[in-house]
Amino acid sequence: MNPYVVIGAGQAGMQVCDSLRKSGYDGELILLGEEDSLPYQRPPLSKKFLTGDLDRDRLLFRPAAYFDKIAVDVRLRTQVESIDRAARQIVLGDGSTLAYTKLALTTGTRVRPLNCPGHELDNIYYVRTLTDSEMLLQRLASTERVAVIGGGFIGLEVAAVARELEKQATVIEAQERLMARAVSPVVSDFYAKLHRSRGVDVRCSSAVESIVESKQGLLVNLADGARIESDIVVAGIGVLPNSELAENCGLACNSGIVVDEYAQTSDPHIVAAGDCTMHFNGFLQREIRLESVQNAVDQAKVAAATLCGQPQAYRQVPWFWSDQYDVKLQMAGIGMPFDQYAVRGDLASQAFSVFYFRDNTFVGADSINRPAEHMACRKLLTQGTTLSVAQAQDIDFDLKQLAKAG
Amino acid sequence: MPKITFVELNGERKECDVACGLSLMEGAIQNGIDGILAICGGSCACSTCHSYIDDAWVEKVGPANDIEDSTLELALERKPSSRLTCQVEVTEALEGLVVHIAQNDS
Repeated sequence: MNPYVVIGAGQAGMQVCDSLRKSGYDGELILLGEEDSLPYQRPPLSKKFLTGDLDRDRLLFRPAAYFDKIAVDVRLRTQVESIDRAARQIVLGDGSTLAYTKLALTTGTRVRPLNCPGHELDNIYYVRTLTDSEMLLQRLASTERVAVIGGGFIGLEVAAVARELEKQATVIEAQERLMARAVSPVVSDFYAKLHRSRGVDVRCSSAVESIVESKQGLLVNLADGARIESDIVVAGIGVLPNSELAENCGLACNSGIVVDEYAQTSDPHIVAAGDCTMHFNGFLQREIRLESVQNAVDQAKVAAATLCGQPQAYRQVPWFWSDQYDVKLQMAGIGMPFDQYAVRGDLASQAFSVFYFRDNTFVGADSINRPAEHMACRKLLTQGTTLSVAQAQDIDFDLKQLAKAG
Repeated sequence: MPKITFVELNGERKECDVACGLSLMEGAIQNGIDGILAICGGSCACSTCHSYIDDAWVEKVGPANDIEDSTLELALERKPSSRLTCQVEVTEALEGLVVHIAQNDS
């Protein structure tokens, strides 16, 4: 029998391999990765890793010996050119072919590049791969001023690190508020205030017209006429799913590789998991693409189960976190869009949760320095426990007890 | 380097050298200990590095911190000796520590 092959050595790819072994698959297993590192954690790349306090080795999920132990043939620095579904083989960058019995696509995403004039200049950085962050880390040492384009999670985390390193930091966001895609205006406003209080120049509703070189570094020209002087630009304006391999071999794609609740693509021999999938999410009961650790891990488990002929539907509650300064944002469920919300706790004390409701149903919550509430919310959402607006905003109402009672 | 003994779910004891400054979770992973998943990579967000500190060591290692205490709510079988190993930093004082890995795979 030909091997099972996993394309993409990120968190989802590693989890597919791990779960295949735990599910009893004992045949040949090959993990292909383009980068030159064993699978590593990406979340710290925009956080602690940039402070220089975290060695590269500590980012690895598992040491090399682990892959030997579970008999995964990891092939790094390996490009995949194409997939020949009829012949059930893949063509590698060096022209060789690799036949497969089953295939898992865990190809992840890549950064959305800037496209304004000047986007090709030196001193413009992105944060996606370990190499990206190593280059930025190195450059930060001789940097005084950082202009961040994009007020989403990555951009704000980078701005927070820049301030912790005592650099000047400006955040330029095209939309009228920060993290607009992911959180409500209440949370956006809280974060705008937080960053301003730490000395960040936060500019919302600011489109970038161009970036030009000046004697002192870079000049970012904004549509409103403002000019931001900076030594470097860090762009965090979102990601694009790596779905070309799938598209080119005729798999259904729609802003991501389309999979069903079982991580199955439109080819019965191919599954896909993680950031690259447009998947039917059993919890949300709709199609969505999620960029998160939770989705990478949970959907990869589902994909492995499908490959092993033990299908289990993907129904996990989405969760996500972002660390900015000493403030921990934890999100449970998907709050957007909502028609009602409730604030629990005190914004001024930097410890509160915002609960979101749609058609009188509790659909998600953002917790700021409130881990117990976040955990309770994950339980409530998993169980489908009814929660009212009045209960959510009543600080004396025992959420934990409600979650325990099921 | 302190010697730490990890007891896996099947009862197997593995004595490992773990560098000071690493977390117990990192020490377990580097030494190929089964049963520690650590899917959030040590951000205290997932509770899949849950373990029980051996009774003789509970006091010395100390209780869970606030965020950890909340996160432990997600753990499958919490006990008074429960800790998330990503939140325990290895120091010389932990020479000889015994840690029992909890059930982390739901």
